[in-house]
Amino acid sequence: MDPMILSELNGNVASIGYGLAAIGPGIGIGIIVGKTAEATARQPELRGALQSTMFIGIAFTEILTLLAIVTGLLFG
Amino acid sequence: MVAAPGSARIEIHNVAGHPAVGPRPREIELNTADLSPTLHAEGDSLFHIPTLDEFFPEALLFAGTPFEFNRVQLVRLIMIAVVLIVLCIIASRAKLVPGRAQSIVELIIEFVHNGIIKNTLGLKDGMRFAPFLITLFVFLLTMNIAGVIPGLNLAGTSVIGLPLLAALWTFVVYVVAGVKKRGFAGYLKHETAPPGLPKPIYLLLVPIEFLQVVLIRWASLTIRLLANMVAGHIMMVVFIGLTHGLLFSASWLTVISPFAGALAIGIYGFEIFVAGLQAFIFTILAAVYIQMATADEH
Repeated sequence: MDPMILSELNGNVASIGYGLAAIGPGIGIGIIVGKTAEATARQPELRGALQSTMFIGIAFTEILTLLAIVTGLLFG
Repeated sequence: MVAAPGSARIEIHNVAGHPAVGPRPREIELNTADLSPTLHAEGDSLFHIPTLDEFFPEALLFAGTPFEFNRVQLVRLIMIAVVLIVLCIIASRAKLVPGRAQSIVELIIEFVHNGIIKNTLGLKDGMRFAPFLITLFVFLLTMNIAGVIPGLNLAGTSVIGLPLLAALWTFVVYVVAGVKKRGFAGYLKHETAPPGLPKPIYLLLVPIEFLQVVLIRWASLTIRLLANMVAGHIMMVVFIGLTHGLLFSASWLTVISPFAGALAIGIYGFEIFVAGLQAFIFTILAAVYIQMATADEH
């Protein structure tokens, strides 16, 4: 080993990037699903409508993380 | 991780074991520390980390031409043929009191009616788009489910062509629906400039909304479906390959292979769920986009 090198990091930065990109949507999806559960508990008869709104919200939030996969493949 | 003399690079091969043929646009390099030297005994590794080459298998027919026919296309053809034949037979024998097969198909159609159209477009306006939405849902569901059918094992939507086609189809449908209702200028104004905002905001809002309508909506539909199917397939390959590698490692690691196998089965079940969920999300977003294009202002 080169004596001048104290430590060396090996790996792909894209995996760190994916980890960072997963934080925000993770929290976001948690909030969406949690709020939907609360709303369903208040008004169980609206369950169907609430669930489709939830899935639309999840779809918009989750695309950010999925974009991170694509970015990793494009620039990684 | 700190590089120690023992740390090694895991060379990427595709699962069949031979290196990728021909130039690939991008080779993705994954290097990790070698945590399990026993899996790489005699330099012949039992466990290969899968790459994107999984989705570009060797051509079966017409290799080298633009009409290259490989396993993905074969899977799509088989699934389409099966679905068309089954649905045609059931539709031609439709009865007022449904049999078992007919009631399963009716269940899917009812699900699109009640779960998607009723909650977004409303049953009164939405019935015009019901054929489109039901076709889209059944099409994507069968293509996604091919990824978990033993023997096919590759989703038809895991290569970009098919998700892109479905998304562009959706794009055309919602733009045409909007233009038909309001005319071209009226549609653009409706989608890009919601009324009742301070004037300077429009400078910022109109370009963003315009980009959203013409690009981001269908691009995000494509990427959402594609990335889900690609990630799901890679995940299954990793866990099943890991189980195999551990089982035949001829060391104490064989003992933990059942746990990896159980995990692989769990992920398999999760993939069945994801196949349905992604078809549902694609269809419901298509319905929402149509609703945004055609809705009256409140």
